[in-house]
Amino acid sequence: MREKITTAFWNEVAEPDDPYSAERCYCSGYDVYGELIQKAAWLDYLYLLFKHERPTRGQSELLNVLAIAAANPGPREPSVQAAMSAGAGGSGAAASLMAAIGVGAGNLGGAREVFHMMQAWERCGNDLQRWLEHLSSFSEMAFSASDVQESSGDVWLPLEHPPGFAPHGLRCAQPVKQALTRLVECYKERNQDGCGGEHTSWLLQHREKLEVAVNMPLGMTGVIAAAMLDLEFDAEQGEMLTLLLRLPGAAVHALEQRELGWKSFPFHGDDLTVTNDPQYHDSQHESSVDQVNTRGF
Amino acid sequence: MDFEGGIDKLSFWENNWLTDMGGWFPGERVVLRGQDMFSELTDLSWMGQLLFGICGRRFNEKQVQLFDGIWRISTSFPDPRLWNNRIAALAVSARSTGNLGVSAGLAVSEATIYGHRPLLATMNFLCMTQEMLERGVPLESILIERFDRLVNGRPGSGKNRQVAKVPGFGRPITKQDERITPLLEFAGTLGFRDGVYVRLANDVELMLQSLGHNLRMNISTLMGAMCADQGLTPRQYYHYITLCFSAGIMFCALDTEKKPEGSFFPYRCECIDYQGPGMRSWE
Repeated sequence: MREKITTAFWNEVAEPDDPYSAERCYCSGYDVYGELIQKAAWLDYLYLLFKHERPTRGQSELLNVLAIAAANPGPREPSVQAAMSAGAGGSGAAASLMAAIGVGAGNLGGAREVFHMMQAWERCGNDLQRWLEHLSSFSEMAFSASDVQESSGDVWLPLEHPPGFAPHGLRCAQPVKQALTRLVECYKERNQDGCGGEHTSWLLQHREKLEVAVNMPLGMTGVIAAAMLDLEFDAEQGEMLTLLLRLPGAAVHALEQRELGWKSFPFHGDDLTVTNDPQYHDSQHESSVDQVNTRGF
Repeated sequence: MDFEGGIDKLSFWENNWLTDMGGWFPGERVVLRGQDMFSELTDLSWMGQLLFGICGRRFNEKQVQLFDGIWRISTSFPDPRLWNNRIAALAVSARSTGNLGVSAGLAVSEATIYGHRPLLATMNFLCMTQEMLERGVPLESILIERFDRLVNGRPGSGKNRQVAKVPGFGRPITKQDERITPLLEFAGTLGFRDGVYVRLANDVELMLQSLGHNLRMNISTLMGAMCADQGLTPRQYYHYITLCFSAGIMFCALDTEKKPEGSFFPYRCECIDYQGPGMRSWE
C-alpha cells in the first residue's frame, strides 16, 4: 500500500507519463512556477508558505524590515561564530549552516528565546500589569551554576534571564531601538487606519517600564517576537522563522572565513587555562573557578 | 536609561577560558578532568572515558559494561524507518555525506515520542518519584497527581508537543518492548538487575495497572533506572544518551551507500494528500 504525505499547503500534479516528476506545483492553491514566480516577491511567498495566505501590504513591509533586522547578527554573535569556525577549518557549506542553526537555537539571543517571549505574550497580551507580574517571577530567581546543572528536567537548560531582554546590556542597544522604531513606522505608513502592528507599537510605548521591571534592556529577540506576533505567527512558527531569517549572515561569514583560512581566525592559543593540570597544580586557579561558578558569571 | 549590565562579567571571560574539564597542550599531552590522557587514563575503554568525562569519576569495569550494554541493546537499531535513522538514509540516498546524515540524525534524536526528551523526562520522573517516596508520599498519590496535571500539548501531534505525563510507559508503533528482557538479563549477569530504581520502575508499572492505565514500561524507564542506580544525575544522563543512537543512524547511512541514488522510499506525486484551498490566482 502506498503511504500518503498529508499537507494543507502543497500539491503537485505529475507529468502525464512520469508519476515521480511534477508538472505543476501549487502552494495554497497558487501555481508556483506558472504564476508566483512571475508575480510574487520572495518574502510574500515566504509568508504564504508559513501562513497559507498572502500578507497584507503592511505585513509584507513588516516582514521585509524583520528579515533585514535578523539577517546578520554579525561575526561576534555565537551562531555566526559557529558558522565561521566551520568555514575557517574548511568544513562544508551544510556543516556551516548546521552549526549556525544549532548554536543560534538557544535561550541567549537565539530562536528559543523568541519562542519563550512569544509564549509569554500569548499569556500576557498587551497588558502592562500582567507583564509586570510575569516578569516579577524572574527578578525573584536566584541563579547559580549548580542550580542550572541539576534542576533541569528538559533538554533545554533552565532560563537564566527573562526572555526578550539582554542580560549583559548596559542600555537598550541602538540597533534594537532602530529596528523597533522602524517596524512601528512601517505599519503606520502602510496602515492609515491604524490597524495592525499592535505588538511592536505596544513594545515601543512600554519598553522602558519593562526594562525597569527586569533591570536589563530589551534585546533584539524581544523585538523579533513582537514583529512575529504582528505578522500573526504563533510561537513555534516564530522560532522556526527566526532560525531561517538569521542564516544569510552565517552563510556569508562562513564563506569569507573559509577563504581567509584558519590562520587569520581567532584560536585563543594562550587563553585557555586548565585549572587542575596535573603538571601545574595551582590552587589559585581552582579557587577562581569556584568563585566564578558561585557568582553565576 | 542605564542598567547594571554585564560588562565586567564579559570582560572577565575575554581571552580567558578557565576550565577543569581539560585541554590540549600542543605537541605534548592532553589533560581530561585533571588526568593525563596518555599516561593516567590508558586503561579506560571509550565508554569508560566518556563516562569519566561526563561525571568526573571513574566507574568500575562492570559499570562500564552496563553503560555499554544499555547502548548496544536499547538504542541503535539498523532500521531506516525509525525517524532519526531515516535522516541518515535520506542524506545518503540524496548523496549528501554520511557524516552530515549522522549529525542531523543525532540532532533529530532530541525528539518527543522517542529519543532524548522522553529519556531525560523518564530519568527525572524516577528521581523525583523516589525522592517523594522517601519523604513518605504514597506512589498512588504521586501518579494520580501526575495524571491530573494540566498540560497544553500532547506527545504525538499538535502544537506545543510534550512528553507524556508519566514518561517511560507506553510506546508508539507497538506496546511490546522487545528490549526489556534482553537488557534485564544482561544487567543480571553484572549484578545490576535489582537496584532501587529498577525496583521502583517495576512498582510504578504495577501501580499504573492497578489504577487502570494499560501502560507497560518501555526501555527508557529501564535505561534511566539502571543509570540512576549507578548514581548518574539527570543532567549527566542527558550527556550520556546524546550519542546513544549514533551507531544505528550510521548503519542506515552505510546501507544506503550501496543503493542507487534517490532509491530510499521515493514518492509519486499522487502520494501527496493535499487538504488545502483549491487553485486560485495571485492577481
